[in-house]
Amino acid sequence: MSALGFTPNEMMTIAASRALKGDDVCFVGIGAPSAACNVARLTHAPDITLIYESGTIGTAPDVLPLSIGDGELCDTAVTTVSVPEMFRYWLQGGRISIGFLGAAQLDKFGNINTTVIGDYAHPKTRLPGGGGAPEIATSSKEIYITMAQSRRGMVEKIDFYTSFGHGDGGDHRQRLGIDTKGPTLLITDLAIWKPDPVTKEFTVVSLHPGVTRDHVQETCGWTVKFADTLAETPEPSRLELQTLRDLKARTDAAHSGQVSVQGGS
Amino acid sequence: MAKFLPLSKAVAENLNNGDTVAFEGFTHLIPTAAAHEAIRQGFKDLTLVRMTPDLVYDQMIGMGMAKKAIFSYAGNPGVGLLRRLRDAVENGFPHALEIEEHSHAAMANAYEAGAAGLPCAIFRGYRGAELARVNPNIKSVTCPFSGEVLAAVPSVRPDVTFIHAQKANRKGDVLIEGIIGIQKEAALAARRAVVTVEEVVDNFDDLHPNLTVLPNWSVTAISVVPGGAHPSYAHGYYVRDNASYLEWDEIAADRDRFREWMQKNVIEKTADDFAARVEQLRNVA
Repeated sequence: MSALGFTPNEMMTIAASRALKGDDVCFVGIGAPSAACNVARLTHAPDITLIYESGTIGTAPDVLPLSIGDGELCDTAVTTVSVPEMFRYWLQGGRISIGFLGAAQLDKFGNINTTVIGDYAHPKTRLPGGGGAPEIATSSKEIYITMAQSRRGMVEKIDFYTSFGHGDGGDHRQRLGIDTKGPTLLITDLAIWKPDPVTKEFTVVSLHPGVTRDHVQETCGWTVKFADTLAETPEPSRLELQTLRDLKARTDAAHSGQVSVQGGS
Repeated sequence: MAKFLPLSKAVAENLNNGDTVAFEGFTHLIPTAAAHEAIRQGFKDLTLVRMTPDLVYDQMIGMGMAKKAIFSYAGNPGVGLLRRLRDAVENGFPHALEIEEHSHAAMANAYEAGAAGLPCAIFRGYRGAELARVNPNIKSVTCPFSGEVLAAVPSVRPDVTFIHAQKANRKGDVLIEGIIGIQKEAALAARRAVVTVEEVVDNFDDLHPNLTVLPNWSVTAISVVPGGAHPSYAHGYYVRDNASYLEWDEIAADRDRFREWMQKNVIEKTADDFAARVEQLRNVA
C-alpha cells in the first residue's frame, strides 16, 4: 500500500471498471478482467450483462469465480447455454460489445500471447493457450485489455500471436477482413492507454495518481508514446475501493474455506 | 440401449488402446472417476480430446497413457499451468506428446459438427491468429454465396466419450443440468458414450420439457458413481473443490511426488472412494 491509501493493482481494477457502461454486453476473461467487470456491476453499472465462456449469460456472482465455470456463475445467470451456442450465436453472432482480456505477453499494437514463450514446437515455457480469446479478440465489437506492467509482459515483439490486436498497426485488421474495432483501451497498474487513431500504437493518455512517465517507461519493453496532454486518473472513491476490497475478501474466504479432502485430485 | 454397469466394466468394455477418447465436462461435471478407472486399467497410445485438459489429462499424460492431445486451453483453471502436460511438451517426459491445439470456438464447433455427422466445422475464426500457422488441421474455405473466407477444422468423432451427469432414470435416460458445456455434443459425436451419474431416480416425469436429456438409446453404458466429478463439481449435489485444484499445482510440479500421489490416490483406490471425497462439499451445494 502506498501513501495514497490504495495499491497500483486496486487502481488498475477500478480504472478498468470505470470503462464499462450499464448497457455493455461484456465477455469476461478470468483474473483481472473478472474483478474489474464485477466492480463495475457492483458500483456504477448494475445493469451490465456479464458473460463467461462457460455459457453463463447475465451472471452476477457474489464472489469472484476461481474458474470460468464455477457454479455460482450459473446460479446467478439469466440463462446458461451450451459452449457451442455461446461461441456461435452470442460471440460469432455479434452480440458482444466488449471483450475484456488479460495477457501474459502484449505488444504495443495490442496483440496478445498466452500460448508459448520461445519457439512453438520447442517452447521454453508452455503457457495454457488461447481458450476463447482468439475469437473474442476478433468477434467482439471492441476489446479492453488489462494487465500489470512489466518488461517481461509488455514486449517489443511477442513470441506468438495467440489473439490478434492491430497486427503491425494501421489498417492491418481491415486488410484481414476483420470489421470489429479490436483493442481500444489498455488499463495497466500505472496508466490508461489508447491506440493512436492512425498508427494504432498504444499511447499513454492518463497516468494514475503518483505515477511518473519514467515509471511507465521503466516497466515497459517498448519505447512508450505519451499523449500531448496527459490526464491524471482520478483516484479511487471510497465506494469503489470498499466494493473491490469487500469482493476480494468474500472471494478469499470462499476459496480458502473449502476443505481439501484427503484423496481428492 | 444403455446398460447399467459397474464403472470398471463400463471402461473395460468401451475403451481400447489406441482409441481417440474424450472425457468432457467444461469445468463442471468433469468425469474424474472414469478417467481414474482408465488410469488403473493402464490404457496406452490414447488420443485425448478435451477443450480444457484439466487435472484429468494432466494425470493421464503424466502416467504415459497419451500419444496425442487435442485441446484448446491447457491450464489449471484459475490456478495456472498444467505441469505434467508442460513436462511432456517441453521435455518429452515421460514420453513425447503430439499436440493439436485449437481455440475454444474451433473445438466447440468441431464437437457440434461431429454430433451433426459432418466431416468438418466451418466458422468465423482464427483471423490473424498464429495457431493457423502451426496446426495443419486449421484450414479455410470460401463461402460459395458471399465469398467470405471462413475457418474450417475437422469434426471431432471420438471412438468413445465419457461424461458425468447428475442423474439417470431407471430406463437409462440421462439428465445434465447447470453449466452444460459440451457434453451433449461430445456424447453424440462419439461411436460409444459412457456416462457416470450421481444417482438413479425412478423417472423424469415431473421435469421441465426442455432440459438437456440424452435418451437411453443414445448412451452405451451408465455407471452410478456418487462424487464421480470431484474435484470438479455436480450442480445441485456438491461444489467445486477449489483447494484441490490449488493443491494439484504443487503435486504435479514434482515427478516423484506426482507418482506417489497417483499410486496412493488413484491406483490403490476404486470408484467407490469418490463419495467420501465430496462429503464435506455437499452441505454448501
